[in-house]
Amino acid sequence: MKKPLELRVNGAVKTVEVDPEEPLLYVLREEFGLNGPKYGCGLHQCGSCLVLVDGEASYTCRIPCASFEGKKIQSIEGLSNGDKLHVLQEAFFEAQAAQCGYCVNGMMVAALELLEGNPNPNEQEIRSALNRVICRCGTHSRFIKAVKKAASSTSNL
Amino acid sequence: MQLSNTDRRTFLKTTGQFLIGFNLFPLLNCSPAEKDPSIFHAYSGIPERPHGGRELIDSWIRLDAEGHVTVLTGKKELGQGIRTALIQIAADELEVDIQRCHIINGDTGQTANEGYTSGSNSIEGSGKAIREAAAEAKLFLLQLASTKLECSLEDLNLSDGTIKGLRNKKTSYWELLDGQYYEKTISGEAPILDHKRHQYVGKPIPRADILELVKGKAHFVQDLRFPDIVHARVLHPPTYGARLLSIDKVKVEALPGVLGLFVDGSFIAVIAEREFQAVKAWEKLKEATIWEKPTINPLPDRLFADMRSKDQKPEIIEENKNTTSQINQSPIRLKSTYERPYHMHGSAGPSCALAKWEDEKLTVWSPTQGVYPLQSTLADLFQVELTNIRCIGVPGSGCYGHNGADDVSAEAALIAKAFPEKTIRLQWMREDEHQWEPYGSAMIMELEAGINKEGMIQAWDSKIWSDSHSTRPRGDAGHFISARHLENPFEFKKGGFSGGAYRNAIPLYDIPVLNLKLFNYDGPLRSSALRGLGAYANIFALESFIDELAEASDMDPFTFRINNLKDERAIAVLEELKSKTNWNAMGRSGNKGYGIAFAKYKNTAAYFALMAEVEKDPLEKAFRLTRMVGVIEAGQCINPDGIINQTEGGMIQSASWTLMEAVKYDEHGVLSKDWNSYPIMRTNDIPEVQVYVINRPDLPPLGAGEAAQGPVAAAIANAVFDCTGTRIRELPITAEKIYW
Ligand code: FES
Ligand code: FES
Repeated sequence: MKKPLELRVNGAVKTVEVDPEEPLLYVLREEFGLNGPKYGCGLHQCGSCLVLVDGEASYTCRIPCASFEGKKIQSIEGLSNGDKLHVLQEAFFEAQAAQCGYCVNGMMVAALELLEGNPNPNEQEIRSALNRVICRCGTHSRFIKAVKKAASSTSNL
Repeated sequence: MQLSNTDRRTFLKTTGQFLIGFNLFPLLNCSPAEKDPSIFHAYSGIPERPHGGRELIDSWIRLDAEGHVTVLTGKKELGQGIRTALIQIAADELEVDIQRCHIINGDTGQTANEGYTSGSNSIEGSGKAIREAAAEAKLFLLQLASTKLECSLEDLNLSDGTIKGLRNKKTSYWELLDGQYYEKTISGEAPILDHKRHQYVGKPIPRADILELVKGKAHFVQDLRFPDIVHARVLHPPTYGARLLSIDKVKVEALPGVLGLFVDGSFIAVIAEREFQAVKAWEKLKEATIWEKPTINPLPDRLFADMRSKDQKPEIIEENKNTTSQINQSPIRLKSTYERPYHMHGSAGPSCALAKWEDEKLTVWSPTQGVYPLQSTLADLFQVELTNIRCIGVPGSGCYGHNGADDVSAEAALIAKAFPEKTIRLQWMREDEHQWEPYGSAMIMELEAGINKEGMIQAWDSKIWSDSHSTRPRGDAGHFISARHLENPFEFKKGGFSGGAYRNAIPLYDIPVLNLKLFNYDGPLRSSALRGLGAYANIFALESFIDELAEASDMDPFTFRINNLKDERAIAVLEELKSKTNWNAMGRSGNKGYGIAFAKYKNTAAYFALMAEVEKDPLEKAFRLTRMVGVIEAGQCINPDGIINQTEGGMIQSASWTLMEAVKYDEHGVLSKDWNSYPIMRTNDIPEVQVYVINRPDLPPLGAGEAAQGPVAAAIANAVFDCTGTRIRELPITAEKIYW
C-alpha cells in the first residue's frame, strides 16, 4: 500500500514512503515533523489544518497526500528567515493574538492567502478570509487587528 | 539566559552538585533531558523532584548558582497567560530581571498540589503563594548577605540579584547560594514589596509562548513526540449508557498498521503505527460493532417542564420569612422566568493525551486542569498507589472548564496498561469531543421582586432548577466516562450538586430581604463545569430582570443599578462604563439599541460592566450584535494586556453561547456532533469589542477570567429589548423569537 511520494514542503523536497490515500495533514505531522497544521475536525469545517498550497490556503485533513505531489506546500514553520520573523508573525506577536493558540495556524494561513492576493484588505475582507477558521477562545478581534497591522507594515516596505 | 540541553548536561556533569537553592529533598535522578520531548526546550535547568509541601519556599521558587530563577506552580496554563503573570510577580518580588525567570507548571512530579485551575483563582491563590515565597527568599538571602558583607540589612542595596554593602563590598543571590542547601519555610512575615516599586506587575508584558506559537513550534500535548509512540483511537458508544453486544475484531485487526485492539466491556480502543491508520480503524470499528442503545429522556421540548415537574425538596440557600410579604406589599412587583439550554465547551482541538506504563509505573501527559485530582482518580481506576502515577500537565486546546481532557487522559492510560512499554497517543475525534464532553447544564431561573416608588428594591425571591456544575474527577474513577463502560464498571456517583448552580444568584444589590432556593435536577445529558458555572445563566436572569425592574420604575438602567448598589467599586465600574460609552449622549433613534449589565463574579472576584449595541434590520427580520464595551476591575492588575485578552475572549465566547448555541439531541443521542450541527461565532459575526481596565494597585488581585460570561448574555438581551421591544428570556437569543 505504501508508495514513495515526492513532496515539496517549505522549500525542501523529500521523498516519503506512505499510503498515498493518507491525508496530507498526517504526513506533514509525522514525516515532516510539523506542528503548525493541526487536527481540529477532519471535516473541512474548522481550518486548523490549513497550509498554503501553491499560494492558496488548503485543508489537509481529508485530501490524500498524493494529490499534493508537484505542488508547493508552505506552512507557518517556513515563514521566518532564521531569526528574522515574517511580518505576519511579527504582527500576531505584537497584537498578542492568541489565547490557547490552537487556531493560530489556521488564522495565519488564511491571512497569508488573503495578503498575497490583496495586500491592502479592508476589515470586511479580513473577516471573510478568517471566517473559515474556528476559534473558541474568542480571539477573533485580535486576529483582525494583527492582519491589519501586517498589511500596513507590508505596504510601508 | 537559557541553557541549551547540551549545555545543561555538561553543566550537570561538571558541577556535580548543581542544585542550589532552598532544597528539602535529596536529589532524585537528574531530569531526563535526553528523554525530554522537543517541547520542553525551554529552560530546564533544575532537576526534577517532588515538591516538599506548600509551606516550603522551594515549592514555589528555586534559584541556582547560574543566575536563573525557576517559579513552580500547580496551576495550568490554559491560554489565560498565567505563566507570564506569575513570572511578573516573582521577578518583581525578588527584584530581578524577568529574563532570568522560568516557570514549571502542573506536574505531580514537581509542583505543589493546587487542585484544579478553575474558578478564576490562580492569581489569588498561586500568585499569592509565589509572592510570599519570593519575598521570603529575598529576605533570607539579604540576611545571608548582611552577615557576609558585615553590615546591617538597611545598608544593603539590591539590584537584579546583586547585593551591595558598605565599602564597595558586594555579593549576589547566586554567589550566596553556591553549593549550599537551605531548607526554609514561608513564615508569611517577610515584607511584600511596595507596589510603587514594581517593574513588571501592572505592565503589559508580552506572552513569550505566543512567539513560539506563531513560529509553529511544538507547544501542545498534541505536538509531543516520542520514539516509541503509537496512535490510538477510542470508539465511544453511540449514546449514553449503550452496551456493546458484539464486535467483529478480525475486520479491524486485518487493517494495515493496526497493532492491537483492546476491548473491555463496552470500552473499545485500537492502536496503530500511524495516526491515520488508527483513524481508519476507528471508522471500521463503527461498522464492526453492534450495540444495545437506551433512549434519552426527556427530549428538548419537554426538558424545562420536566425540570419543574420533579417533585423534589429544594435546597434553601437563603431565606427570610418576610420576603414574600415584602414583595406583596411593594407598589411595583415583577416576576419573570428565564431559561438556558445545554451549552458546549467546544474546544477547537479535540482532547488528546499520552500515556505510558513501564515497570509498573504510569506516566500521563495531560491537558487536564488539575494534575493532582487526575492522579488520584487514576489511582482509583487502577487501584495503585499515588506514587506509581505521574501526571505531567501540558497545554492543550483551550478547555474553558471540564471538557474531554480528563477523560482522554484516563483512556490513554487504560490503553497504555493494555499495551505496556509503548507511549500511547490518543486524540479524540471531533464527534467524540462534541458528543461526550460534559456540557454546561440547562437551567431555569424564576425571579420575583418588589420595588418601592423610589425605585429601591425591597425584596427578592429566586428559584433555580439545575443539574450539577461540577462532576470533575476528584478521586472516584466513575467520573471518567470510560470507567463506566468497562466490564467491571465503576459507578458514577454524581454527588455534590455544588454551589456552582447558584453562583451569582444572590444579587450584589443592596436588598433588605431575600430568598434563594435551588432545585437539583438529574438531567438527560452529561453536565459539568463550563466557564462561570451557574453564574452565566444566573447573571443573565438577574441582570435581565434588573432591566425589567428599571423599566417598570421608569428609570435609566445605570441610575437604577447605581441607586441600588452600596459597593463603591461596583459603582465605579458602572460610572466608568457610562462615561466611556457616552451613554447620555448616545443617539436613541433608528435601528440601534443598547443594553447594559453588571456583576462581580462569584460576588468575590472581578467587577465587570458591559454595554452591548445591537442593530436591527426590520425588513429582513434580523439583528446583529455590533459592539460591546466592557469595563473590568480586578484589584491589582498583574498584566493589563492579559486581562484585556481574556476579557475580550470571554465576551466573544459568551456572545456566541447567547446568540447561537444550544446542544441538540433526540432520543437516540446527541445530534450536535460537529461545527455544522453546533455552529459557533466566527469572524464575520463578531462585534467590535473594547475593554477598559480599572487598576487598583493597592488592592489584592482578583480573578478575572470568567467575569464577562454572565453580563454579556444579559446586556445583549437588554439591548435587543431596547431595540425591538421584545424581551427574550429563553436562550439563545435569536431573531425568530422577536415579535417583528
Ligand atoms: S481539521 Fe481540517 S478543517 Fe478542521
Ligand atoms: S486562541 Fe484558542 S482557539 Fe483560538
